[in-house]
Amino acid sequence: MWVVSATYFALGFFNIVFAWFGVICFLIPLLIAIFGGGKQYCNHYCGRGQLFLKIGNSLGWSKGRLAPRWLSSKYFRHGFLVFFLFFFVQMVWLTVEVAKGIETLHETIHLMWSFDVPWHWAYRTEITPWKAQFAFGLYGIMLTSLIVGVILTIVYRPRTWCVFCPMGNMTQQISKLKAGKK
Amino acid sequence: MAKYKYKAENEKDRCVACGVCVKVCPKSAISIYKGCYAVINEEECVGCGICGKNCPAGVIHKVENKEYVK
Repeated sequence: MWVVSATYFALGFFNIVFAWFGVICFLIPLLIAIFGGGKQYCNHYCGRGQLFLKIGNSLGWSKGRLAPRWLSSKYFRHGFLVFFLFFFVQMVWLTVEVAKGIETLHETIHLMWSFDVPWHWAYRTEITPWKAQFAFGLYGIMLTSLIVGVILTIVYRPRTWCVFCPMGNMTQQISKLKAGKK
Repeated sequence: MAKYKYKAENEKDRCVACGVCVKVCPKSAISIYKGCYAVINEEECVGCGICGKNCPAGVIHKVENKEYVK
């Protein structure tokens, strides 16, 4: 699956439309968790997680150091989830504004929650502006988490990102709710 | 009576259930309980400590098995 993840980032570099496939990475894990599959997505299918293992273990780039303990604390994990959702909503909001014609299409990638990086070369096929805006926005989120994840993999252990991954946190909370009910 | 001097112990409240330990365990002694946390089968665990070295959250530990008698 790590090949899928690597292909995703490569395709998004050349044509931003492919960024839409990222929606799969958001929907599938949630659906699996909601329908009782627990964290099967994280455990077996997450291409990004496998990419981190590939970089860290197979390529041997990881220092293998243990990350600070507060990363796995509930406060940090939930705090990061809120932080992530805030930027996700902001991205969707911008898409809505572009759809309404209030904002013009930003042909940039919003990286690390602060920098706007030009990405106009990837806008090759003319599509409805809001669809393009969503693609740019989603790709920015995906690329940001890849960059953070790779840095953490190198400095600490592979998949340190998974400790506070917003998707992983959400699926775990859903799983806990479901397990608690029974 | 335990056969091995060490065993793995998981801090369930901090475990993120990512499944890295499940992948690296040479005895397939670890499973993820309903997407909530990792559970170690103490019958199978030989206390090698590989899971603890790979856990990205650092919440699985190799501990001395108190039931072990020489």
